[in-house]
Amino acid sequence: MLYREAGDFKTSYEADSQTFPIRFDRIGFWVIMAIAFGVIPFMINDYWANAIFVPFLIYAIAAIGLNILTGYCGQVSLGTGGFMAVGAYACYKLMTSFPDVSIIIHVILAGGITAVVGAAFGLPSLRIKGFYLAVATLAAQFFLIWLFNKVPWFYNYSASGQISAPERFVGGFAVTGANTAAPAKYLICLVFLTVCALIARNLTRGTIGRSWMAIRDMDIAAEIIGVNPLKAKLTAFAVSSFFIGIAGALFFAVYLGAVEVGEAFGIQKSFLVLFMVIIGGLGSIFGSFAGAAFLVLLPVALKVIGVDLLGWPTDLVAHLQLVIVGALIMFFLIKEPHGLAQLWRLTKEKLRLWPFPY
Amino acid sequence: MSADFLYGIEVVINGMMAGVLYALVALGFVLIFKASGIFNFAQGVMALFAALTLVGIMEGQVPFSHLINAVFGTNIHNFGWEVPALLAILLTLVVMIVFAWAVQQFVFRHLVGQAPIILFMATIGLAYFLEGVGDLMWGSDIKTLALGLPQGGSIWVEDLTSGFGGADFYGFFIDKLDMVATVVAAVLVICLIIFAQYTKQGRAMRAVADDHQAALSVGISLNFIWVLVWSLAGLVALVAGIMWGAKSGVQFSLSLIALKALPVLMLGGFTSIPGAIVGGLIIGVGEKLFEYTIGAPFLGGATENWFAYMLALIFLVFRPQGLFGEKIIERV
Repeated sequence: MLYREAGDFKTSYEADSQTFPIRFDRIGFWVIMAIAFGVIPFMINDYWANAIFVPFLIYAIAAIGLNILTGYCGQVSLGTGGFMAVGAYACYKLMTSFPDVSIIIHVILAGGITAVVGAAFGLPSLRIKGFYLAVATLAAQFFLIWLFNKVPWFYNYSASGQISAPERFVGGFAVTGANTAAPAKYLICLVFLTVCALIARNLTRGTIGRSWMAIRDMDIAAEIIGVNPLKAKLTAFAVSSFFIGIAGALFFAVYLGAVEVGEAFGIQKSFLVLFMVIIGGLGSIFGSFAGAAFLVLLPVALKVIGVDLLGWPTDLVAHLQLVIVGALIMFFLIKEPHGLAQLWRLTKEKLRLWPFPY
Repeated sequence: MSADFLYGIEVVINGMMAGVLYALVALGFVLIFKASGIFNFAQGVMALFAALTLVGIMEGQVPFSHLINAVFGTNIHNFGWEVPALLAILLTLVVMIVFAWAVQQFVFRHLVGQAPIILFMATIGLAYFLEGVGDLMWGSDIKTLALGLPQGGSIWVEDLTSGFGGADFYGFFIDKLDMVATVVAAVLVICLIIFAQYTKQGRAMRAVADDHQAALSVGISLNFIWVLVWSLAGLVALVAGIMWGAKSGVQFSLSLIALKALPVLMLGGFTSIPGAIVGGLIIGVGEKLFEYTIGAPFLGGATENWFAYMLALIFLVFRPQGLFGEKIIERV
């Protein structure tokens, strides 16, 4: 009844090409923003921040990044964990080398450094395609992890080989280090996510996003109609790595605080983010959010049900979790290969005609 | 001859033996990819699952005992018998065939015609699923595989070759298990090639690999061939699981051999059986030699993790379809 475009007249080109053309969507968007910025920070505690909200926000940034590369430009990447590690280590080196500069600038610079590294590893994509490229990006994953393990300069010669974030402040509130309050952690991740999502949404609607999608649909045909594949593929790698680097920097500095590279940014992380993108929906910003929320919430929910309600041993629940995640992924792929975003799209189509579908 | 050079040769020989094992895992990938276009990431976990099942059957463990105990409050672990190795291997093979049928029946039959990336993701889901099931069925502790395969260095080879060098050279150190594994892998590869070339089912399999629709039109059942191919991959996984399991114990890291096999595949091409073998040898020798000559002395060691991928990447830049892959032709 409420969800329809009838009666919502557009009188300018700006109004016609806005992100949410339907009024109900616009209102919904602002309501969600108001709740996210105005309500949750006052209610959040450490458990909710560390178990659900902060990982969700950070993984959503990483998923948006990977979605740009895989969903919009069609280049499958299994190197996400490695690129997140680049972001984390770049952020760490910047934080310890220039302690007076704001952490926000460090995180953005860390994203920029990751973008350069990502573009360098994206170069082979001009010759290598499909699965061969997916496997080739594993080279980045293993090489980068090995590099951060073996070269002591990256972890400032610390004895344990770990990196740990020193305390930094934004506007008088600690956002990294041991004394960070839950709302501060939550808010800094939320701000980064909001900005990243807006940038990504607008990039994918513009010229550059269209050239990515042309490359995804068929790169030779795109080249013939005048899309420069070098430029399109490398910008996709760079922009995607920029977001993934920011996610890695936040993951290290804000969420974990101390990181051992092989454990935090191993190949499992690459798969996790790829799952988020696939389950959420390839080529959809909303899908990145949905996928990240799903895969962050699922283990928490299973743990609450298995360990707390049924009283089963933790290792048993961990194994069951593998089985359930694996089965769910296969189930989703069989039932809806285009992910949660497609389900949402179908629901919206139905809603527009509801309650008189004929 | 100088001792360094002789050690270099030893490294090459050991590299080739490791390469044969990589090739064995890569073969499982190639079989499935050729016949169904599925890039089966679960191959490594299949090897782990097969090895776990083998150990479990031999020791007479009750499947899912951990789960049953947690749900019903019982305390059962063993049937109290032990199964001889050969019978246990046959039983494990039956389990792998049932698994192949189930995978085809419940998952991939519903995904025919989907994009390759979707199929690939489904196999990653399958890998998670199978890993969880393996742990639930047999427990996640490290197990030893007591098949009575020979272990340790071969004194015979050391004695025979110690005369090549000077007083500071004691002969080639070659693990007996590696030698057995090499022979078994070679036999398996030859059997597979004979099967594919000369039997009715093998020919049907190759026909499906060539063209699904043409194969269908001459009366070959695609479903049967796919079950067959997954069963063969299960057999290859079982052999790989036995060899790697006997070497380093049956544990989670066994499933990571899939990651070792990927660069082999890239190098050899996803569609070529000889490519898997040659690629395996090149990667095996290459990574051991690189670690010996450059990695360990200059780069701090542990280069084996990424060297294979870098090597494959460089090869691919010059030959995007791998050494033996079919030429990729793209049309608009």
